Amino acid sequence: MTRNEGIGWMLAVAGFGAMAFLPLLEDADYLMGLALNITMFTVLATSWALFSGPTHYISLATAAFYGVGATVVAMGFEVLPFPVLLGLAGLAGGVLAALVGLATLRLSGVYFVIFTLGLAELIRQLVSWVQSNIVEVGSIQVFTDNSDNWIYWELLALAALVFLVGWLIERSRLGFAMRIIGNDEVVASHSGIHSAGSKVILFVISGFFAAAVGAVMVTKIINFDPDTFYLPIISFQVVIMALLGGVHRLWGPLLGVIPFTLLWEVIENRFQQPMEMFGVEIVSAGSLKVILLGVCFMLIVYYIPRGVVGRVETLARRLAPGGGASHG
Amino acid sequence: MDVLITGIYILITGSLLGATYSLIAMGLALQYGVARIMNLANGEMFIAGALVAFWVVTSHQLSPYVSLVFVVPGAFGINWLIYRYLLRPLVRRAKHRGQLEVDSILATFGMGFILVGVLREVFGGELFSYSYLLEPIKILNNNFALNRVIGCLVSALVCGLLYLGFYKTRAGMAMRAVAVDPAAAGLVAIDVPKISALSFALGGAVTAAGGVVISTFLTDMDPSGGVVFTLKALIVVIMGGVGDVRGAIVASFILGLTETLVATLVDPGFILAAAYFLFVLVLLFRPQGLFGRRRA
Amino acid sequence: MLSRMTGFIKMSLAGAIVFALGLGSAGAAETIKIGAVAPKTGPLAVGASITHWPNIKLWVSQVNGRGGLRMKDGSRRKIQLITYDDQTNPTEHIKATIRLATLDKVDFIVAPYGTGFNVAAAPHFAKYGYPQITSTSITDKIPQLTKRFPGLFFTLGNTTAFVGSVVEILAKLRDQGKIGNRVAIVNVAADFGIELKKASIPIFKKAGFNIVYNKSYPLGTQDLSPVMRGVKASNPDAFVAWSYPPDTIGLTVQAKIQGLDVKAYYSAVATAFPVYRNKFGKSIEGVLGAGGLNLDSPALQTYMADHKRVTGKEADFWASPVVYATLQVLEQAIEAVGSTDRKAVTAYIKSGTFTTVMGTWKFKNQVIPSFWTVGQWQNGKFYGVSSTGMPGEKPVAIKRGW
Repeated sequence: MTRNEGIGWMLAVAGFGAMAFLPLLEDADYLMGLALNITMFTVLATSWALFSGPTHYISLATAAFYGVGATVVAMGFEVLPFPVLLGLAGLAGGVLAALVGLATLRLSGVYFVIFTLGLAELIRQLVSWVQSNIVEVGSIQVFTDNSDNWIYWELLALAALVFLVGWLIERSRLGFAMRIIGNDEVVASHSGIHSAGSKVILFVISGFFAAAVGAVMVTKIINFDPDTFYLPIISFQVVIMALLGGVHRLWGPLLGVIPFTLLWEVIENRFQQPMEMFGVEIVSAGSLKVILLGVCFMLIVYYIPRGVVGRVETLARRLAPGGGASHG
Repeated sequence: MDVLITGIYILITGSLLGATYSLIAMGLALQYGVARIMNLANGEMFIAGALVAFWVVTSHQLSPYVSLVFVVPGAFGINWLIYRYLLRPLVRRAKHRGQLEVDSILATFGMGFILVGVLREVFGGELFSYSYLLEPIKILNNNFALNRVIGCLVSALVCGLLYLGFYKTRAGMAMRAVAVDPAAAGLVAIDVPKISALSFALGGAVTAAGGVVISTFLTDMDPSGGVVFTLKALIVVIMGGVGDVRGAIVASFILGLTETLVATLVDPGFILAAAYFLFVLVLLFRPQGLFGRRRA
Repeated sequence: MLSRMTGFIKMSLAGAIVFALGLGSAGAAETIKIGAVAPKTGPLAVGASITHWPNIKLWVSQVNGRGGLRMKDGSRRKIQLITYDDQTNPTEHIKATIRLATLDKVDFIVAPYGTGFNVAAAPHFAKYGYPQITSTSITDKIPQLTKRFPGLFFTLGNTTAFVGSVVEILAKLRDQGKIGNRVAIVNVAADFGIELKKASIPIFKKAGFNIVYNKSYPLGTQDLSPVMRGVKASNPDAFVAWSYPPDTIGLTVQAKIQGLDVKAYYSAVATAFPVYRNKFGKSIEGVLGAGGLNLDSPALQTYMADHKRVTGKEADFWASPVVYATLQVLEQAIEAVGSTDRKAVTAYIKSGTFTTVMGTWKFKNQVIPSFWTVGQWQNGKFYGVSSTGMPGEKPVAIKRGW
């Protein structure tokens, strides 16, 4: 273990320790709410980047996985204990990812984006059809013993797990293969690397985590109905947070999630009433948030293609010529 | 007899639907096929056209088709500016087509969201719905909505004009050349940036015109509802073969017919599933599309 | 030592965020803070913009116009309203509710829009002790929910009653020989639509109806022509759609186009919306739908006029005045208690009697037992024709063409 890695581990342990401590504080509900959101999107964005970072495929399937995870729990919470369901939900997400991956990942990235763009809507309609015609249940009230604190700790544990998995991948043959594929796919295939297979494995991992998050969140939201779980906006938020942070470092997405969530929160508070100027409504919070999402997409494309992490690294390199890499 | 009538119904309803898809899909075919921009804000441009038509009808009591007079040039201008100032830099800096695809997808996503926000501010979040020619017309023992039939005729007219333009004019020939190979087109004295900008702007105008047409019979238009149309357009373009206008038209009709067939004979709950099924079939068996050439 | 440390960390964190949000100066002394979270964007925004938000605006402007809510000491406190958009996203909704309770520290919160969001918010209302007087919330799970959440109240009715009234009306028409026995049913494959359909099938069968068509379509279906064509081909005497706002309109469009000739036509949510009448004009005469009101009531007429004047929009003919009535309940409970003691206010709501635009209300096991179930468009107005014990039911008329 190098000195940098040692520092990284210490930071990670300290960070998670401090976060895990939060629910024990009194009157910290508001902070808890924020922390819950940040943790949730950290898992989603980091697992997204595990796949999309090295492959350069833009996946919009997060909402579909998230919804599938929630669906599994909603359908089974009366029969099976929650930990089992959590595992099943992750499994369902993984299987879905494998199917989608096998159908599309051999082809160009555009096909993949298009396929995942409507995936959440497709599954929403199919689940709704089953609910309407087979099980005949409208919305399902998922009352479990999962308390608010436990929900938070579960998400935190998922976050720790996703970082661990990411760290292991980087050190594995898979990570090595992905680095070669990312640089040049032709070279990779000539040196005997099964590129489609490697991509599918990474996609399955990201599907697993997104589904697990959905499974935990449905116990928080309680009311399950497909229309409020297969929400495409979740996919877009995850993409933007991950890209904003930077996808070529494991901890990159985290640097996108935190500022984005806080900025979102500030907008929500500041613009709760429509902004008025000379008695005319200028812009409302809802519109402003959508516009902000758009502006962030464009900012990333035009000015920070390697995310906040890329900027930080460039800066570090500039400040310490020659030895800059040691800060990265 | 009943089977025959149902068959005719599916054929005509499917064609009416296909004609609607063909407009938005042709817009995207021009933008992606010629200008090489995978424009995911296409659906929002479509909705923008629909909302302008809504505004023309409700606040000026005019025919929705009147709005074409300024929707088409307006959308052309806006899309030309978008290409010139926002997308051209991406084209120039892209090292290969894959990078341009990722960049254009993200950039147009951004534009789409900004457009949704702006439309929501301008038009508000109410139920957008107006009645235009809401009358039945009887064709071969089946009732159809007059507004859909008129919409289909308008779509056919626009498609016909585009087809002529694409295959009978110099600019059309240049566009086809750029669609096949931008680098080679540049060598034979075609101004590739200009033709690309023209195609992108034209594509945007056609899409917005499609929005005007669909507003005459859509029961609810929502500023954030564009993504559904983007998805349909994408499926059609991929199915038809990138860069081929004929392919987009044929694929539109296949999609419209399939959806109507499934909704009528199987279950309305499987419309999107049917579209996806078509999409997967194409991906598995003919990834270059119906009319497309295999990429080198 | 440790607790002092954590206290310090917590204070500085919260302080930093409050500073960033610029909330330090908020909250003038003599107001009552009331919060509201509901969709301003997303799929449910259309319904909320018609039924939910205008009533909150109307109520706040009227209460503040009177000088505010009267407290025990005789003083009056104006309402300071804080609203958030949940984007029809339950995660955002919960976040905003917690923000209202912890950061804005509001005194009361208006119940959310829609059944699902009321369930999602209920644990958080309960945790902070806010009474939750729901208005746009219909379900058959009321007994379980009210038992679990003692501060949760229901006012708009339950699924079975809504379905029962529809079947009852059709059965009566049939027994009078005005319509036949064949009924076609469609439903939107979304929570309320599914619940209504599920409840309705056994009741229709029990009443001896022949169900000749029964299919669902997904929320957001653009073209309902194949659905209506299937309905027409089944040759029904009565048509029942357990539908939502966009498809209620889409179905009527197709019924007109295909010339669906039934003597009883029912569609659920949004039939009572003014926009429905504005779009179709005279042709909807005789259409049955969820809701209805006693439009002869002077209190209601005043309310309708005020709604139009203050918000610039017409109230709908079903849930709008119910939303307003729940706010009146809150208002009268706060004034009766004379303070913002949430426990006392909740207790008062459970036992007190309230004068509302919907008549006199008294909760029984946290539920208002009398409500409108079916209305009908008659001469451009949507009158209540069936209810669970409301005064002023009009007789049902036959639908004669489009």
